Amino acid sequence: MESKKPLVILRDVCKTYQRGSQTIPVLQDINLEIPEGEFLALMGPSGSGKSTLLNLIAGIDKTDCGTITIGGVDITTLSETELAHWRGLHVGFIFQFYNLIPVLTAYENIELPLLLSALSKKERRQHVEMALQMVSLTDRSDHFPSQLSGGQQQRVAIARAVVTDPTILVADEPTGDLDRASAAEILDLMERLNTQLGKTVIMVTHDPRAAEKARVIRNLDKGYLNVHHQAAL
Amino acid sequence: MSIIKLLYRNTLRHKLRTFLTILGLTIAILAFGLLRTVVSAWYAGVEASSASRLITRNAISLVFTLPASYKEKIRQIEGVETVSWGNWFGGIYIDEKNFFANFAVDPKTYLKLYPEFILTPEEKLAFFRDRKGAVAGRKVAERFHWKIGDIITLRGTIFPGNWDFVLRGIYRGRYPATDETQFFFNWEYLNESMKKISPRRADQIGFYIEGLKDPDRAAEVAAAIDASFKNSIMETLTETEKAFQLGFVSMTEAIVIAIRLVSFVVIIIIMAVVANTMAMSARERTGEYAVFKTLGFGKWHIAGLIFGESFFITMTGCALGILTTFPAAKAFGDAMSAFLPIFHVSRQTIYLDVVAAVIVAVVAAIIPTYRSVNIRIAEGLRKIT
Repeated sequence: MESKKPLVILRDVCKTYQRGSQTIPVLQDINLEIPEGEFLALMGPSGSGKSTLLNLIAGIDKTDCGTITIGGVDITTLSETELAHWRGLHVGFIFQFYNLIPVLTAYENIELPLLLSALSKKERRQHVEMALQMVSLTDRSDHFPSQLSGGQQQRVAIARAVVTDPTILVADEPTGDLDRASAAEILDLMERLNTQLGKTVIMVTHDPRAAEKARVIRNLDKGYLNVHHQAAL
Repeated sequence: MSIIKLLYRNTLRHKLRTFLTILGLTIAILAFGLLRTVVSAWYAGVEASSASRLITRNAISLVFTLPASYKEKIRQIEGVETVSWGNWFGGIYIDEKNFFANFAVDPKTYLKLYPEFILTPEEKLAFFRDRKGAVAGRKVAERFHWKIGDIITLRGTIFPGNWDFVLRGIYRGRYPATDETQFFFNWEYLNESMKKISPRRADQIGFYIEGLKDPDRAAEVAAAIDASFKNSIMETLTETEKAFQLGFVSMTEAIVIAIRLVSFVVIIIIMAVVANTMAMSARERTGEYAVFKTLGFGKWHIAGLIFGESFFITMTGCALGILTTFPAAKAFGDAMSAFLPIFHVSRQTIYLDVVAAVIVAVVAAIIPTYRSVNIRIAEGLRKIT
């Protein structure tokens, strides 16, 4: 694993938030390298900056300093429009609260990111059906999110995240809103995506059981990234 | 799935709110269309006027007459081809509420100058031959169920007494804007009667109408007519038929301005209603738009979703409003035919409806779009509950 080329490289990344006249540092001097095919868990107490770090890696927030290079592209230099295009191609995002579009069926939610691609309707159908099969929800394709359980909704969200075959999968507390059984299902699915499909997964979690699925665990505390910790497999 | 499908589903997410907004828009477009049609109806006389006709009246006021002897002098003026004349009769048919315009005219010259009033040759001949003959417009004949040969009695207001006429023809308008609610009878009948009843009022004419050889010389001929009677006891004022009709409209201009203002106020009100709907929808979907952005959708996509929904609602209301304007205008026009004889929803009104709806859609979507597009994704995602 160590010999693999780093896919994600963070150099001297910092991020602050402004609260009134007060500047609050959230991340400081973050240096991180994530090899291709890695399953990394970011842990840390609330307010430690792990979700912010995930957002920066996913290109949905901007750094105040430092660089983030993913697949050879320094995303900190991209404009809003370029960044949106880059996200559509390279990032699959899994949210804590699934964030499915309520007026779209499971099938349509999964198809959504493909609307930005040049794929034909037939090709889109093939991709969506494959993603539905992967998350074992073929029989629920016509169901709206309100007709699905939390675990099923998160599986739809995972299918939506992988349907474009992104470079990295980022997950922000993917099991945070699920019962233990559903959480285990989701974690197994993410593990399979990593081991069988070779997807690079970066996951933020509070849950030590979830973190156990990762190959590498990094801790954030008060905006600083602590020493490297290899998970026991 | 297509974006249109998503727009449709988003629109129907709050069915009652969408229904009420569309209902409001339908009523607003209907009201706007009707008010614009009222304004158009007000100007119908102006629109129907011909560039080849001049009107001469007493320079002091229309209520004062001119001597019948002027017609010979006018006829001799260079550029004048035909001279006709008439008087506003102001007769009442049975009851004052049965109002319609009625004039004493010189039949032959008048019908020559107004080819837009179509009569059969037999009707024309019968009208010319019968001194007590009269012709009525199709609409007024239908309104009172008149048939050719009927005796129609008008109670004179300006010219006292009961006046019997024999209906010799029912004219149709050549153009949609031709007034089919008028009633004409032979000026000779009026004049001969006045000679007996009130000789001082005989040989008096309310207005002359001149048919021009060359419409481009209208101003020159009008000036020549007025110059002919300058410093006479009864000076004249000659103007194009259009200017003459505009003079009538200008007397009620305040009402027209008020109607126009109200029509725009209606649009501004509905603009606020749609803007409110769009603002609520966009605010509720801030989190969803953040998800869209996360998935790679850009600012233009988000703007397209909000503008698309705004257009979807507005254009549905606009289409329903336009569809209901036609039957409503028909009912309104029938009820008001005595006062607004030409009440047609014009193509221009429909275009104005569409333009108003487009403006409403755009204005209503601008602020919600600006907010949704500019919110940071991380901040937007926090708004998901």
